Amino acid sequence: MFYREAGDFKTSYADDSQTFPIRFDRLRYYAVVAVAFGVIPFVINDYWANAVFVPFLIYAIAAIGLNILTGYCGQVSLGTGGFMAVGAYACYKLMTAFPEVSILIHVLLAGGITAMVGVLFGLPSLRIKGFYLAVATLAAQFFLVWLFNKVPWFYNYSASGQISAPERTILGHPVTGAATTASAKYLFCLVILFALAWLARNLTRGTVGRKWMAIRDMDIAAEIIGVNPLTTKLSAFAISSFYIGVAGALFFAVYLGAAEVGEAFGIQKSFLILFMIIIGGLGSIFGSFAGAAFMVLMPVLLKNILVGQFGWATDLAAHVELMIVGALIVIFLIAEPHGMAQLWRLAKEKLRLWPFPH
Amino acid sequence: MRKTITAIALAMAVATPAMADLVVPNLSYRTGPYAPGGIPYADGFNDYFTLLNERDGGIGGEKVVNPECETAYNTEKGVECYEATKGSGALVYNPLSTGITYQLIPKVSADGIPLYTPGYGRTSAANGKIFEWVFNYPANYWDGASVAIKYLLDQNGGDLSGKRIALVYHNSAYGKEPIRTLQELSKKHGYELIEIPVDHPGQEQKSQWLQIRRDKPDYVLMWGWGVMNAVAIQEAANIRYPMENFIGIWWSGSENDVLPVGDGANGYKSLAMHGTGMDYPVYGDLKTYVYDTGKASGAGDQVGSVLYSRGMYAALVISEAIRKAQELAGHSAITAAELRNGFEALEITEARMAELGLPNFGQPFAASCADHGGPGHALIQQWDAAAKKWNLITGFIAPDDEVLTPLVMEDSAAFAAENAIAERCN
Repeated sequence: MFYREAGDFKTSYADDSQTFPIRFDRLRYYAVVAVAFGVIPFVINDYWANAVFVPFLIYAIAAIGLNILTGYCGQVSLGTGGFMAVGAYACYKLMTAFPEVSILIHVLLAGGITAMVGVLFGLPSLRIKGFYLAVATLAAQFFLVWLFNKVPWFYNYSASGQISAPERTILGHPVTGAATTASAKYLFCLVILFALAWLARNLTRGTVGRKWMAIRDMDIAAEIIGVNPLTTKLSAFAISSFYIGVAGALFFAVYLGAAEVGEAFGIQKSFLILFMIIIGGLGSIFGSFAGAAFMVLMPVLLKNILVGQFGWATDLAAHVELMIVGALIVIFLIAEPHGMAQLWRLAKEKLRLWPFPH
Repeated sequence: MRKTITAIALAMAVATPAMADLVVPNLSYRTGPYAPGGIPYADGFNDYFTLLNERDGGIGGEKVVNPECETAYNTEKGVECYEATKGSGALVYNPLSTGITYQLIPKVSADGIPLYTPGYGRTSAANGKIFEWVFNYPANYWDGASVAIKYLLDQNGGDLSGKRIALVYHNSAYGKEPIRTLQELSKKHGYELIEIPVDHPGQEQKSQWLQIRRDKPDYVLMWGWGVMNAVAIQEAANIRYPMENFIGIWWSGSENDVLPVGDGANGYKSLAMHGTGMDYPVYGDLKTYVYDTGKASGAGDQVGSVLYSRGMYAALVISEAIRKAQELAGHSAITAAELRNGFEALEITEARMAELGLPNFGQPFAASCADHGGPGHALIQQWDAAAKKWNLITGFIAPDDEVLTPLVMEDSAAFAAENAIAERCN
């Protein structure tokens, strides 16, 4: 009944190749965008922005970035936290060195710098793959965190090694610093996420994405049919790192406001984002969103239910929360090894036939 | 997909405590690698307010509630806890984490809620001219570093030149805080400073202690927290480092840090900013009103320990500030802004401490508009492994303000410049 192609006639090539070819899907997409831009900014408060939406939006950007590299191009990376740190520190240095330039430009430049660093650490991918590459990127993670801890220039010689974001405005509204309103934070992250997700979706549908997938599926075959592994792998590293760098910059400047590298961008961040794309679904933009939502929302939801509703002790709740989230991850992956994106695809298939499956 | 989130969102009801009481949120951590420090502190903090509620019916007739929120010493969770509790009329925050403190300083300044960080947090917040909403009396890290060096000077007949002092520190904002002070002091006293970082969470310190065994520094100072402390003391015992030359900051001097090491920890020293043990009259009341009635926070097994005492001390200072604020405002249901005035006008004398059942426990101090840092005196305590007891081996030692004051001014001026803050109190 839902998601039917019947009666949805395509009369032009443009219609035929659009992102959401099914009308119902398209309308749903427009509805989500309308709610995200038109409703949430007016009702959001500080708690919802800082505990739920802003981290979700930022992690979604990082997850899309990692999904490009790991899900689409098949290059396993454990350096996500380190690359986010590059984005954060680049943004900090730019913000403090050029206070008159717009923060939006700084965030994008931070992504660009991270892309360069990503390409550098992507070079080993031309010789090694799989677990060996994962270990090489792990080295990037530890090296970058060490570097930002060791060299005081990166944190402007502050006594504590902390970086903290000064106030910066867009169109007169602060988007970083303590005076930022919940809706300004949310909208700033949303606009960037929307643009980047739109770009990622279209990249993966085009030549670039098809090359990535060819390399992922079988690199030798891809090379034989004329895909250049050098440019393909490095472009995946560059674009992926750009996304992750932007996420890192937003994470520091908009979400946390102050950060120290070991704690905010440690190895656990790399794993967290890797779990997001595995649970959400490798090689799927929707999966990146679903995974980020799952990993950000579940702990907050469980905490509110266990402590807020049931009145449990906070330590008991924290331990039970870890167990429940862990169990849910295992159950999800047993029920659907291809992640939540595959569940969504199956649900759509079922909805098309509903209510007459035979 | 966003719809699914919205659906979950609607299902999520955030419970908030009643607005009528004095809300003092307890951002605690009872899980993770820093729980050995977080649990006793949170218990002491809660128990003291329970005592006030049970014995005196609150403060000035208003009950105090302490909604607890688990941060796991993690800044992201700390931010979430802050946002979750601030809407409930929270009067003051005491997150027991330097990392979270750095997050919260701009937020509390914008929201107008005082932040009280005794013995931790951003040291330069002692300058009340810049940090209107932050208070860190009675002592801070730079005071601690200076007191440790003064003690060593005393041990060496006033001369440290040519001595080598290693700093083993948690590689975070917390552990890095004393470095600048120790560097300045090394210029003045002529010792050589060796910086040895330990990464979070600090369970693996073999290489650091190998370096100490090789370099043989005359003294080792430690800025550690959580499991890092016990591991460091164990490693020091393993390389047979003379324990009496090993001095921790007050966060590295609790029973949980030395007990796991057993006899090897005998003679280990640490700074202290207050007394410890149960030889204080307040424990009689705590026993009657809190422990015996089953209202003790947590498992109740931390009573009288160093960090329990510190949590209690923090609660005591906050309750005194509330009292002062009620007096200034002329009514008992105070707001966060009124409490800030209370913090700024707070004076705790020895007579008042004795009245509260804690004679000779902490140093007397008085805050002012410009001074949010207190005198910064500290004691040295030494662990007696046979008696399982901390013994105070000095009286209160004053820090070297000649070195510290310019550092505080410099750092707070940098913060003021970054954030375009004008000086107050002029």
